[in-house]
Amino acid sequence: MEITPLGDSALLIRVAENFDDAPEDALNKVLAAQRNLEAIKIPGVVEIAPAYTTVAMFYHPTRVVDSGAPANDVVGWLEQRIREALSNAPTDTSRIESRPPVEIPICYDPEFGFDLEEVARRAKIDSKQVIELHSGAEYRVHCLGFTGGFTFLGGLPKKLATPRRDVPRKEIPAGSVAIGGKQTGIYPIRSPGGWNVIGRTPLKLFDPKNNPPTLLRAGDRVRFRAISRDEFEKSTS
Amino acid sequence: MNATAIRAGFLTSVQDLGRPGFRQFGVSVGGALDTHALRVANLLAGNDESAAGLEITFGGLRLRFGDDRIAAWCGADFKARIGSIPLDAGHPALVRAGEEFSIESPAGGCRAWLAISGGIDVPLVLGSRAGDLRAGFGGVHGRPLRDSEQVPLGENLPRAKALIDKLRAEKIAPWKPPHDWSNTAHRTPTLRYIRGVDSDRFVSTARELFSGGNFFVSPDSDRMGIRLDGPTLERKKNVDLLSEAVAPGTVQVPPNGRPILLLNDCQTIGGYPKIAHVITVDLPFATQLCPGDRIRFTEVSIHDAHALLLERERNLEQFRRGLASHFK
Repeated sequence: MEITPLGDSALLIRVAENFDDAPEDALNKVLAAQRNLEAIKIPGVVEIAPAYTTVAMFYHPTRVVDSGAPANDVVGWLEQRIREALSNAPTDTSRIESRPPVEIPICYDPEFGFDLEEVARRAKIDSKQVIELHSGAEYRVHCLGFTGGFTFLGGLPKKLATPRRDVPRKEIPAGSVAIGGKQTGIYPIRSPGGWNVIGRTPLKLFDPKNNPPTLLRAGDRVRFRAISRDEFEKSTS
Repeated sequence: MNATAIRAGFLTSVQDLGRPGFRQFGVSVGGALDTHALRVANLLAGNDESAAGLEITFGGLRLRFGDDRIAAWCGADFKARIGSIPLDAGHPALVRAGEEFSIESPAGGCRAWLAISGGIDVPLVLGSRAGDLRAGFGGVHGRPLRDSEQVPLGENLPRAKALIDKLRAEKIAPWKPPHDWSNTAHRTPTLRYIRGVDSDRFVSTARELFSGGNFFVSPDSDRMGIRLDGPTLERKKNVDLLSEAVAPGTVQVPPNGRPILLLNDCQTIGGYPKIAHVITVDLPFATQLCPGDRIRFTEVSIHDAHALLLERERNLEQFRRGLASHFK
């Protein structure tokens, strides 16, 4: 386990290697690490945020020193606590409890999925087959980021992998479901973006009025259910 | 009670110390780009240091007060006035009901933080009043202030009321904090950094060019980050990494080799290699950089970074205690 300063107020903790070979294993290790680090409540630690193979721990150096860390070795002091917390952690990460799978309705209408044809062309199949493959798989949320609530999903059928667009679009509508490389994801708010958009969900995935502000969280299982344009319009009206 | 933004200026937004705790949901930490300047301004105005104030970019703000308040600002080389009376950075001033605070475009630097006693009283969203202008929430409807807009203010704390009474005659307090706390613009700063998480992913000449080379601020810079022109920083292999955390101060390098120094509104995770992390105490200088300004970088150890930050916090604590006598 590698622990590296990410500036003077955060540490980057690498808890998994070989993401490509075992993405689920990496996700479970990351979630376990996040939970174990949150459980020990180190004074001065502000938050712990997961990514694909790492968790980041953000801290206030002053508060960490006020709670007993030596001023000349804040990182060493934190590192010792992190290693203790994670070495005592259960090694079997396969039984991380997860919430029930979340079903995301998605309309693959070409007006919403303006890159559906491109994804089909690259995969050398027709767009109907793209829809079947995409809505037939089960995904897991690896992390949220980029913009508030942007959902990075692992589990995309290999055939659908499509490189990011050379020139990102200035504006992708909220709810757009897209493919970027080996991943699929959902744009929760209108934003620029370089992924290939294949459809749109009427669900609101990010609402800062709620706490937590996102419908999905890291570790969640996700399935897409294809819906008609009619159903889409009804659920947004 | 409200103040009225007769003119909102180029880009004025409500900011506090930000929104930590929600990075796992992809929410940027946000908040005042120079939290130290806002904290100092708040203390001067008789607020808790975490109160929301206004972040003013390139000036142009005219704010009419509805009742008596203490106002204080810190930041770049601006000319500010109450009515026709000049108000220098760092001096708390009494602004009476009906009077106007105005701030012109700066002679150097680009941002200032204005604290008003009582604080800006917009609703808390995810624990903060800061405007997240990219995601469109917090602050005033998630956007910059507009002309003629009402700015809601909170209740004056007892210490602010005491200072209001004290300043009835002289209007502007003669005392101020250390000069470099209130006047934060440096035209050509050298920013100290600690080695980046991905420093080894760059060719060695790139690391040398970064430390010691001249970089120039690109016009394409905002609250998310400062894009830099200058030497091209080459990586050993041109592959994007699996996304992982970035933070304000992180210097990331996209495939074009031009570094981006991330600021508070940066995304929570990113896939570009990180060559450096600018230390917390030097970030305020970065927030004053204008297009075309030159900056350089020099490496320090993480221990130095922590020692400097602890020293600054100790000094701020001392200043906070010293202020008490002015507010009685």
